[in-house]
Amino acid sequence: MGKATGFQEFNRELPEKVPAAERVKNYNEFVHLYTDEKLNQQSARCMNCGVPFCHSGCPLGNIIPEFNDAVYRKNWEEAYNILSSTNNFPEFTGRICPAPCESACVLGINKPAVAIEEIEKHIIEIAFSKNLVKPVAPLIKTGKRVSVVGSGPAGLAAAAQLSKAGHLVTVYERDDRPGGLLQYGIPDFKLEKWVVQRRVELMEKDGVVFKCNIEVGKDIAADDLVRNSDAVVLAGGSTIPRNLPIPGRDLKGIFFAMDFLKQQNKRVSGVPFYGEDILATDKDVIVIGGGDTGSDCVGTSNRQGAKSIKQFEVMMQPPEQRTTHMPWPTYPMILKTTSSHEEGVERFWGVNTEEFLGDEDGNLRALKVVDVTWELDVMNRPIKFQKVEGSEREIPCQRVFLAMGFLFPQHTGMIESMGVALDERKNVKAKEGNYRTNVSKVFAAGDMRRGQSLVVWAISEGREAARKVDEFLMGHSVLESKDAVNPFEQVF
Amino acid sequence: MDQTEDGQGLYRPEFEHDSCGTGFITNINGHKTNQIIDDALTMLENMEHRGACGCDPDSGDGAGILIQLPHEFLLEECSNLEISLPEPGEYGVGMIFFPKESALKKACRVIIGNAIEKLGLHKLGYRKLSVNSSTIGETARKAEPDVEQLFVQRPHHITNTDDFERKLYILRRYINKTVTESIPAAAEHFYFTSFSCKTIIYKGQVTTYQLRQYFPDLVDERMASGFAMIHSRFSTNTFPSWKLAQPFRLIAHNGEINTLTGNLNWFYSGLKSYASAYFTNEEMEMLLPVIDNNQSDSACLDNIIEILLHTGRSLPHVMMMLIPEAWDGNEQMDPIKKAFYEYHATLMEPWDGPAAITFTDGKFVGALLDRNGLRPLRFVITTDGRVIAASEAGVLKLDEKLVLRKGRLQPGKMLLVDTEKGKIITDDEIKHQVASRQPYGRWLENYKIRLSELAEPRLAFASLSEDSVFRYQQVFGYTREDIDTIIKPMALDGKEPVGSMGTDVPLAILSDKPQHLSSYFKQFFAQVTNPPIDPIRERLVMSLATFIGNNGNLLDEDKMHCHCVVLQHPILKNHQLEKLRSIDTGMFHAKTLQTYYNADGMPGSLEKGIARLCRYAEDSVDDGFEVLILSDRAIDSEHAPIPSLLAVSAVHHHLIKSGRRGAVGLVVETGDTWEVHHFACLLAFGATAINPYLALSTIETLKNNGSLETSLDLKSLQKNYVKSVNDGLLKIFSKMGISTLQSYHGSQVFEILGLNKSVVDKYFAGAVTRIGGLGLDEIARESLCKHKIGFGGSKSGTHLLPEGGIYQWKRRGESHLFNPTTVHLLQHATRTNNYDIYKNYAKEINEQTEKHFTIRGLLDFAHHREAISIDEVEPAENIMKRFATGAMSFGSISHEAHSTMAIAMNRIGGKSNTGEGGEDEIRYEPMPNGDSMRSAIKQVASARFGVTSNYLTNADELQIKMAQGAKPGEGGQLPGHKVDDWIAKTRHSTPGVGLISPPPHHDIYSIEDLAQLIFDLKNANRAARINVKLVSKAGVGTIAAGVAKAHADVILIAGYDGGTGASPISSVKHAGLPWELGLSEAHQTLVRNKLRSRVVLQTDGQLKTGRDLAIACLMGAEEWGVATAALVAGGCIMMRKCHLNTCPVGVATQDPELRKLFSGKPEHVVNLFRFMAEELREIMAELGFRTVNEMVGRVQFLKVKDNLTSWKAKQIDLSGILHPVNNPKDVTLYNSEKQDHGMDAILDWKLLEAAKVALEDKTPVFASFDVRNVDRTIGTLLSNEISKKYGSAGLPDNTVNYKFNGSAGQSFGAFATKGISFELEGEANDYVGKGLSGAQLAIYPAESATFTPEENIIIGNVALYGATAGEVFIRGMAGERFAVRNSGATTVVEGIGDHGCEYMTGGRALILGETGRNFAAGMSGGIAWVYNPNNTFSENCNMEMVDLDPLSIQDEEQITTLLHKHIHLTGSKVAQELLANWKKASTQFVKVYPKEYKKVLEKLQYQTIG
Repeated sequence: MGKATGFQEFNRELPEKVPAAERVKNYNEFVHLYTDEKLNQQSARCMNCGVPFCHSGCPLGNIIPEFNDAVYRKNWEEAYNILSSTNNFPEFTGRICPAPCESACVLGINKPAVAIEEIEKHIIEIAFSKNLVKPVAPLIKTGKRVSVVGSGPAGLAAAAQLSKAGHLVTVYERDDRPGGLLQYGIPDFKLEKWVVQRRVELMEKDGVVFKCNIEVGKDIAADDLVRNSDAVVLAGGSTIPRNLPIPGRDLKGIFFAMDFLKQQNKRVSGVPFYGEDILATDKDVIVIGGGDTGSDCVGTSNRQGAKSIKQFEVMMQPPEQRTTHMPWPTYPMILKTTSSHEEGVERFWGVNTEEFLGDEDGNLRALKVVDVTWELDVMNRPIKFQKVEGSEREIPCQRVFLAMGFLFPQHTGMIESMGVALDERKNVKAKEGNYRTNVSKVFAAGDMRRGQSLVVWAISEGREAARKVDEFLMGHSVLESKDAVNPFEQVF
Repeated sequence: MDQTEDGQGLYRPEFEHDSCGTGFITNINGHKTNQIIDDALTMLENMEHRGACGCDPDSGDGAGILIQLPHEFLLEECSNLEISLPEPGEYGVGMIFFPKESALKKACRVIIGNAIEKLGLHKLGYRKLSVNSSTIGETARKAEPDVEQLFVQRPHHITNTDDFERKLYILRRYINKTVTESIPAAAEHFYFTSFSCKTIIYKGQVTTYQLRQYFPDLVDERMASGFAMIHSRFSTNTFPSWKLAQPFRLIAHNGEINTLTGNLNWFYSGLKSYASAYFTNEEMEMLLPVIDNNQSDSACLDNIIEILLHTGRSLPHVMMMLIPEAWDGNEQMDPIKKAFYEYHATLMEPWDGPAAITFTDGKFVGALLDRNGLRPLRFVITTDGRVIAASEAGVLKLDEKLVLRKGRLQPGKMLLVDTEKGKIITDDEIKHQVASRQPYGRWLENYKIRLSELAEPRLAFASLSEDSVFRYQQVFGYTREDIDTIIKPMALDGKEPVGSMGTDVPLAILSDKPQHLSSYFKQFFAQVTNPPIDPIRERLVMSLATFIGNNGNLLDEDKMHCHCVVLQHPILKNHQLEKLRSIDTGMFHAKTLQTYYNADGMPGSLEKGIARLCRYAEDSVDDGFEVLILSDRAIDSEHAPIPSLLAVSAVHHHLIKSGRRGAVGLVVETGDTWEVHHFACLLAFGATAINPYLALSTIETLKNNGSLETSLDLKSLQKNYVKSVNDGLLKIFSKMGISTLQSYHGSQVFEILGLNKSVVDKYFAGAVTRIGGLGLDEIARESLCKHKIGFGGSKSGTHLLPEGGIYQWKRRGESHLFNPTTVHLLQHATRTNNYDIYKNYAKEINEQTEKHFTIRGLLDFAHHREAISIDEVEPAENIMKRFATGAMSFGSISHEAHSTMAIAMNRIGGKSNTGEGGEDEIRYEPMPNGDSMRSAIKQVASARFGVTSNYLTNADELQIKMAQGAKPGEGGQLPGHKVDDWIAKTRHSTPGVGLISPPPHHDIYSIEDLAQLIFDLKNANRAARINVKLVSKAGVGTIAAGVAKAHADVILIAGYDGGTGASPISSVKHAGLPWELGLSEAHQTLVRNKLRSRVVLQTDGQLKTGRDLAIACLMGAEEWGVATAALVAGGCIMMRKCHLNTCPVGVATQDPELRKLFSGKPEHVVNLFRFMAEELREIMAELGFRTVNEMVGRVQFLKVKDNLTSWKAKQIDLSGILHPVNNPKDVTLYNSEKQDHGMDAILDWKLLEAAKVALEDKTPVFASFDVRNVDRTIGTLLSNEISKKYGSAGLPDNTVNYKFNGSAGQSFGAFATKGISFELEGEANDYVGKGLSGAQLAIYPAESATFTPEENIIIGNVALYGATAGEVFIRGMAGERFAVRNSGATTVVEGIGDHGCEYMTGGRALILGETGRNFAAGMSGGIAWVYNPNNTFSENCNMEMVDLDPLSIQDEEQITTLLHKHIHLTGSKVAQELLANWKKASTQFVKVYPKEYKKVLEKLQYQTIG
């Protein structure tokens, strides 16, 4: 433990950010790094708990107290070794993770949690700057070929782990650059793309082969891929967005969030894209959906110079504090104000959109909305809503971005031709814990299996699936697992 | 014997302990009189309370007397039988217990006849003793033998009595051996109490009063002896045990040999080399095995004394060898004597343990105390030429005029009377004489080998490379946690790390992580029958010195015995090991043996490897090597290391069996040894010295790669590490009450938990293992698992060891019962009062289907009855009264947490426990809303913080904490920063000054002492139950039986796993056993002894759910303690930082800011207990029990789960735990009768009667009383009555004024409160003014006495222990441990023994004479003034925590005031003289001023002035 009384002496502080008015002028990341002293103080707040709930709250099982202590002692190599033993990509999670670890932090019972995510980011950036992050070309090659479909966080994690285990790994990506949502989903101002590129290059040095612009099931036959591989990991993500099929949906000016965000990322990266420009510039924008993607739309709209931005959420406004129904250390559904919100938006809760209204040219001109109230169950969970009589109204706008989440992976193409079974939510069916699909040699991980989730979960799934693939190929695996394994079963 | 030694269930006869009173009386000139015998019997009768009786009150535990052969009497008696006895000395008398059955008796007689013939002796005849069988108890009568005397004539060729005595010795041993071998049925009852031409012993399973009645011989006026030695036994069992009554042939022993297994092994280990000029080879054969099996430790000691005596050493010489003084490191000791001890240390290890021994060979009569002085022995020398020595003073009423000297034996000292020469020989004189017999000093000089003097090693030593270090760490099972939590702090701070909140990880045998072999070994610790030692404050009695080499022939004295390597401690650094490896003195060589085995994973590979190792070891000894180095360095991918503990123990036992062990030293060069516990295991199973090369290399690597934040260089870091190992070892020894490494060496003081019997019998022979477990191949599997990881090729290339996760929950680490899920569910359930969520929590804990944590986790309920409706089960309200919370002190936890527990328990009718920190009186008052913060259980722990008469009065139960699960055998410390004003007030100490709890209760060194404390507390509050808290360990059942006989009302068996506060982490994990074992053993043993119904049996230790309660109940517990779970319900999140005062939820902290964060409510805690009770009720309904009482002890309702999957769990055999013991029909399986505390006849009723008006309206009263040593605990009950009425304020000073005449029994004035003023003319025994709570005591010799008071012992040991207020004036000297843990009383005394004012935190002590050694050890407060005219005091003072200052003016004022008062109350001459010459005298006083206390006082003074 860094300092026994650190949590009493120092308060939680986050690094400074570029002021909102400034940062919306470009697409750069805007969070500064801590000073050395601040970093030291923040790490000193960790109490090295007897039961570190953070370590349990993290989907990766990051060993948080240990790396906090190493940071406090300025032993960067040790910190990096510990962090990288559970997380292949701290530079991603250190930037964009909602940090369930911090929700579970024991200090959070009665004080602000330890700034775990920032510390994580600092560890990896310092490790890069000190050249501690090196390719981990395995000593022993197994000669086994593994194909990974999809290069999002799950695919990348699986590839990195499998390569570490000595297998020959090829990653197939249908887009022009690897990274999936990391590359073309998350805006640059939250994750600059050189960060992704840096990692991809490192993996290439490890021996991972990336094949972009190839869509399995279209550009190459899924069966061939399976036949030519000793194992296949499907990590194509959950890509089919939830639609809002109400009257007026065909009007011009209504877009899925991901189309909007992806295009802007390409624009920032200087990558050519096809199709019409999707811009919020000088428009009244309404973002439907109150989640992180919605926030990204808000931030992007602001940067494009929208005239006004509103964000609608059908659920009621969450409370600002934990309630008895969401006690520590659970991840609480409380009001979250993101950095994009800070940059300017009007937020509405309990609003249901009933109709898109257009002008004579078929352009969107307004939304017809109604206020709703929710009926709750005993655990305070919403069951169904009722409209508030007389609250119907029109709200003018020219752009709507639908950020209401994703339903399941694309079924046409690879999934159908490979014949992998789907679960009741229409994700690829594979049990957590073994990640195997019904098709021999074929595994699935990440959102494609789990359904839409967090980057940290995708990395976790990729790692755990890789371990299962390794076991499948070799009989046992020396790759790390996030949970305890019975060493006797591994060794004998 | 029908019920004793079947060893079914968990009981083992070898766990038996006994303890007692002993003494002797002698005419110095040896003049034989009948009076001596009569007086001795009276002395014995006056020590009845030091013995005990069993379930049947008329059956004693044994009493006896040893006298000289009463020739006149025997001559006449024999002539009646037509046996004509020759002259005294020309015949020997065997006193024999024969089996009653005539065929057996006849067969024995045949053997005796043959043996006498074979040895060329002549039998004169038998005399059958008439005895009064009707006088003894039923249990004793069941096993009563026929007692006969056998007369044997001395042949003409034997010309002196010593040779004849030796012949009789051979005869006795030979007969004994032949009977044992040829008529096993008779062996049980056949026994020689004595066989000598000088002495004879009358003893049996009788009470002290019955002895006289049972043997009419003893009251015959013709009987005469010059001396008599007596003994009264207090055994922990109630089984018939005629043989175990004492005295034995040479000794009577009050004490316990803690190291018996090792001592016996060491004795047998040299058997092959034993030869003596005094015995022919044939005779030697007849003697073997010299020490009998299956007898008590005292009997073994007697056996070894015999053989050493008969091979040419004098009795004093033998006693000095076996029970040496603390010589190592004693710079004040005479070099001749020190050389004697050092020389003999190379030959034999001490038989270590608390001991007061009286001994005689018919010529010398003497007594001896162990180095710690842990048993009392008082003596009187009279002007008419008698010496009377006994465990207590006043056992024989004497005319004070006849007293020449009153004394007590000092630690390590001997009192000797030579009855032939008619003189008393002083300790100095006899020891000088013995030590000068040979030029021991010169022998040592010539032959002793010191490492520092050895040549540099021939080969340069190569360190492991960093990569190899990592690989070795993997192979030997290091984790990151081991390095961070254990090795780093040891290297950085030189201290063993501490942790808190107990342990909740799986037992080693249930863990699915590969274990270190030593994790299956649980440390023994002392409780009740012997005390632990304080390794820090009483370091002077301890020693780590060790000797490597050939021990030689024990029965001979040879200069070459000391030709061995001498080490100051057993840890060798690499360079030292290399020196030893290449040693070559021409007569001394070392041989290295590789301890690996084939890593092919085939069955039997490990066994083969060990067999080969043992073979090589044997060959090497035969080849003449004196040192064997067992090394596991030479491992590779094909060869895995034999766990070093297994390797060393296998070789050790192999060499013992072949009688070669004594010829060689075993040095272990090992990678798998890094925690203190690992080292302790190796030493206890045979290693002589240890080189932990991998731990040392690990430190080197840490230093090199910058993982240590330190400026220390590598050498200092390694030195720190070695120091902390050594300190840790001392702590482990001291826990068991063992003082020296030599005695610990090979002592095997561990219980093995999880290895099967065949492994244990073969490789750890003699160690206890009761639940079976791994075989050799399974051990190999664990070792190979690590080996494969190390040599399996790490693919990732990163150097990360496994996390560990023992001391902290880690996701990939070891599993914990309290983990993020269970803590969350429990808190959520209790805060929302939601039983469904509780059931989820309980399910997580209870359902250990895939993972096993605990023994109870392996069990299922067995249904033998129809399930009943839950409505038929007694209501939860009834059940909740059976709950107690664990003892957590105010100090270790916050007021908020502490009072929340108390309120909750009071709401449900359960009992909360103060813990050892006292309790603020404001909590005795009910709160406005009707709640109460008063803790029903008041704990009495070793430090006695705040234990006053009023505290004891305000209790429903008084709990004597004998040990604590987290750190049995150790004391705690409350660091100064946690002692705020409030805590200081509650604990009667000074804010800011740290507090130490001594490892032992200084008033409990033995079972009879515990009985005394129970009696004291019963006097202090007779409405309260007396609860004795024990920690589960092998033999706890036997102790529990003893405690039940000592009249405890409740016995708590605590598991090893509980505990808050700071504990060394090795103690938390490695000391003590799960409660399942201890509870079952206790229940079984109590039932067998017909004692179960007399006590309530309670258990605690990680009880978390109703299922836990149900299992505990079926195993025998009718009440349950819950601590951790209750704390978690109150907000604890298992931070495990209690020792740092930084608890972030305000539970275990005194930081006012953090305390504000405490969020627990009594209702949360109440909810937990209600949920647990409801869950229990559900189980009861299912099993068909309507009440808890009908469920208690019904172990048939438990069975082993039939679907155990874990390969390790499958090896366990729980039949011992599940063994039902049938209750005798008059005994219930639960508490149903009250103990008889013997309160009816005590003197205090008279005191109370006389104080009636004082109690009514504070009118002063005056009275006087005659007292004897059987009048114990005077004034305590009276104080209880005062406290009841007047609280802590008591009565005005000098309200109750009593004068006593005579010898007061133990605990005179214990817990005597304000308003009481006692005067005692005469003397007092131990514990004067124990817990004094405001009274004034004055003690002075009888007016008629002619001796000089200041040179004589007037009061016994441990006076003023835990006194909190009041004044004590002693005209004369006190014994050892005067004013220990005094926190407020003022006292004047004219001389004291060793360890004075130890751990004192307050009050004033004025000492007008000599002090013994180690004065002021651990003294953190109060002031002592010592008169020091000869300037010798500083040598005796432990300077660690105190300054010696001159007197200030205020000091002088206080001293002169006290002197005047002392004169006024006692008539002290010393005080008069000092005052008369005050000017000079004032410069001759030293002020002993604790440093921390001084700082705080000066700061206070500064603040007041400022």
